[in-house]
Amino acid sequence: MSWQTLADDLFPQGHSITEKADFLSGTAQVDGEVVTIVGTTGHTPIGIEIALSQAQAILQTVRDHPGRGIVILVDTQGQRLRHRDEMLGINSYMAHLGKCIALARQQGHKIIGLVYDQALSGGFITSGLMADACYALPNATIRVMGLPAMARITKVPEERLVELAKSNPVFAPGPENYHRMGGVAEIWSGDLAAQLVQALATADDTDRRAAVGLQRGGRNWSQRVVDAIVSGNDVRPL
Amino acid sequence: MTSSYLEANARERIMQVLDAGSFEEFLPPSKRVVSPHLGQLDAPVSFDDGVVVGRGSLNSAKVFAAAQEGGFMGGAVGEVHGAKLVGLLKRAVQEQAEGVILLLETGGVRLHEANAGLIAVSEVMRAVLDTRAAGIPVIVLVGGSNGCFGGMGIVARCANAIIMSEEGRLAMSGPEVIETANGVEEFDSRDRALVWRTTGGKHRYLLGDCHGIVADDTAAFREAATRTLQGFKNNPTALSLQALEAEQAMLEQRIARFGDAADPLEIWQRLGIDKPQDIAMLEAAAFTALAEPHRVKGQP
Amino acid sequence: METLNYRFENGTRKLSAKAELVGVVSSGNLEVLIEAVDLQGGCSVEIKTAARGFGAIWEAVIGDFHKRWQLADTRISINDMGATPAVVSLRLDQAVESVVEAK
Repeated sequence: MSWQTLADDLFPQGHSITEKADFLSGTAQVDGEVVTIVGTTGHTPIGIEIALSQAQAILQTVRDHPGRGIVILVDTQGQRLRHRDEMLGINSYMAHLGKCIALARQQGHKIIGLVYDQALSGGFITSGLMADACYALPNATIRVMGLPAMARITKVPEERLVELAKSNPVFAPGPENYHRMGGVAEIWSGDLAAQLVQALATADDTDRRAAVGLQRGGRNWSQRVVDAIVSGNDVRPL
Repeated sequence: MTSSYLEANARERIMQVLDAGSFEEFLPPSKRVVSPHLGQLDAPVSFDDGVVVGRGSLNSAKVFAAAQEGGFMGGAVGEVHGAKLVGLLKRAVQEQAEGVILLLETGGVRLHEANAGLIAVSEVMRAVLDTRAAGIPVIVLVGGSNGCFGGMGIVARCANAIIMSEEGRLAMSGPEVIETANGVEEFDSRDRALVWRTTGGKHRYLLGDCHGIVADDTAAFREAATRTLQGFKNNPTALSLQALEAEQAMLEQRIARFGDAADPLEIWQRLGIDKPQDIAMLEAAAFTALAEPHRVKGQP
Repeated sequence: METLNYRFENGTRKLSAKAELVGVVSSGNLEVLIEAVDLQGGCSVEIKTAARGFGAIWEAVIGDFHKRWQLADTRISINDMGATPAVVSLRLDQAVESVVEAK
């Protein structure tokens, strides 16, 4: 889906989003309020520059528009794989973006992430996955790595991974699996605009993903292990 | 008599960095809280899922600490491993710890647990920032042979401070991954000197991404962690607009000054270091002294 | 993965600490968890190993280990990633040395 089509669906009340070198920024009208829009398109890799541009847009919002909602639109092939980015410390640029989002949350901004096309691993770990909640469209591609590459690195045969992916959300790519594990709050189809309004209204500053993963049966251990450590007890039975 | 941090395993490191005899482990190996996913891939589990977490003291300050076991799955983060870190960070807030020390050695997300690992690392990231928001400094130590990579390389830069040895590496994507994706001319992963110039402790220190360089010695890490922790007493640990705007400027400056450098040696030269080719040979104290007037001073 | 179980009776030496862990589950290595447990004097050893088909060798190594230490009320649990018999014996001895009472 092109970002323009997405924007028209998400923001029927209007928007002024621009794209420059696959970086999306601007504002939109949601339920009568102005929200900040920031994101990427073109399955772009996230390198140091685009991470910084997104961070700047978030900081500007925090500085100049207290309380304004923020929507992060995600489409990326993952982190940029270049010597230059590592030399200059891409982990710092990524962390900086994540920290800016966390600051916005701390200052009372609601932040929603939406994977509308691709989201690979490092490309969205400090954008969509740092939002109050991350949503996805049904045809979105969300994964850590392609199964063939995963098979090569783990030395587990690809056929085995494909087989396991059918019953275990842990290995398989796709928004349904992330939904089941609590990483994606909901998958949106139909009236995107209405669901965005709902998402902004219900957003809060607590990370509920482990609890949701347990509820949905896709991640049965995270919440129980956290609870065991916090309480000093053993891990409680399922 | 020195004790190599690099050679030590996770449990040994945490015992030697914290006050002797002070460490109490949460969900120790005898509890057998193992990975629920590795069995299906016919991979062995570890009784602590590759991370030791617990509470102790650091020069009498009450601290919570974690140490990743680089020997197990490269220290990579799976569901249980990540949840132990999150639980530790939350409990530190609950008990109003004076600090959290994270001894990180990891490739990042555990591919064998793919999606669960990715979400786990994201949850650790938020938990680190929540702990900072509660007024508790989070200090990262990096000195293991696997370095601190992947999503955890990002988590490290969400902490208040990072102490590294020159043996330590801090980055996002490993050189092998980059070479596989874009060729040996892009990044020759077998050029060890290049790898350390690009991702090693000294380079990170010069760029301002790490705040102290120590010798490969658990006592040196202990001393640096103690000093760094003390530096946060009565000082803010939470994120602030001012600090992040300063970081934004610093990161923009970094691109402006060094964005066209072909090799870290050029960066060191531009920083004003007379003989950048000698940096690799210097041991920690001499390097720190030489670096002082030239390095970029990153704010935590 | 393969799971192997052994049990010995008539041991004489008991452990002084509750539980210790030695070793790391890395390639060619193993972790050994040794615990003091009431087993009516018995010593149990459970091995989960990534290297299949070496039952006879494990039996010999564990048998030698029991001859050496004669442990009682002890539970030993192992996660192995292809360690050689020499490394296995070394880790087992290290595990016992970390907990056994002075004789």
